[in-house]
Amino acid sequence: MQPINEMKITFSSKSSNEAFARVVSAAFVSQLDPTLEELADVKTSVSEAVTNAVIHGYENGPGYITMTCKLFPDSVEITVEDQGKGIEDVELARQPLYTSKPEMERSGMGFTVMETFMDKVEVFSEPGKGTTVKLYKTFKSIRDKDKEE
Amino acid sequence: MQVKFTRKGATLIVKIIGELDHHSADYLRQKVDGELIKPSTRNVIFDFSSVSFMDSSGIGVIMGRLKTIQKLNGKIAIVNTRPQIKRIFEMSGLLKIVPACESIESAIGMM
Ligand SMILES: Nc1ncnc2c1ncn2[C@@H]1O[C@H](COP(=O)(O)OP(=O)(O)OP(=O)(O)O)[C@@H](O)[C@H]1O
Ligand SMILES: [Mg+2]
Repeated sequence: MQPINEMKITFSSKSSNEAFARVVSAAFVSQLDPTLEELADVKTSVSEAVTNAVIHGYENGPGYITMTCKLFPDSVEITVEDQGKGIEDVELARQPLYTSKPEMERSGMGFTVMETFMDKVEVFSEPGKGTTVKLYKTFKSIRDKDKEE
Repeated sequence: MQVKFTRKGATLIVKIIGELDHHSADYLRQKVDGELIKPSTRNVIFDFSSVSFMDSSGIGVIMGRLKTIQKLNGKIAIVNTRPQIKRIFEMSGLLKIVPACESIESAIGMM
């Protein structure tokens, strides 16, 4: 299905852009008129994916992160992409409480948070090349409202 | 983010105002650790009533302070977390070791 609207932005890998990215994604997704709770789910998941690119992908060094959002009548598809370090073992990385940086007080819950707040999370990664995280969510509030009409 | 401290005996009350993410976590960590080295502090209560957003970075901050406080034989509690944030703490298993209280008064009662 063709999206009804799309956006794509690229920004520097900086921790101050974590808030920027989640506010932008929420503003864009707001066009669909989801509930505040659904919007918070999206914001939190985007924050996790972008933070991972900053901390793990680029290890707090320079780089660029690209975020795309595709809107469908009652759903959204968001991609967060870095050209950083990549992940050796994606299955391991996705385990709750697994972190490669415990000394930096990371808890290893980022992927679990994304999986809880979104419907589906896909991770594509290659060591030395980078990581792409795809987040999918259907807004039940909109889907159910459309059904009633 | 803003951080405000008040004290009740040996208990430090940390009111966090704003968004708690990786970017602001560093600031919060620095501020709180600056208070924790004062010998008068034994327990810490984190007041989340004015936290408008939190991601998994918040778990790391609380876990890290818990380690310090446990060495001092003190206690930690979190209060006034909104449902979305409470869910994140719950997922991580943190609420099995750190109580989430309804009010600062009830948290002080547990210290
Ligand atoms: N963009 C990325 N590039 C490279 N490695 C990544 C990336 N995203 C995640 N990882 C790897 O996956 C692990 C798990 O990520 P996850 O977000 O679940 O936990 P964390 O970031 O370590 O901790 P938390 O998110 O709770 O602070 C990370 O520790 C890291 O090793
Ligand atoms: Mg993470």
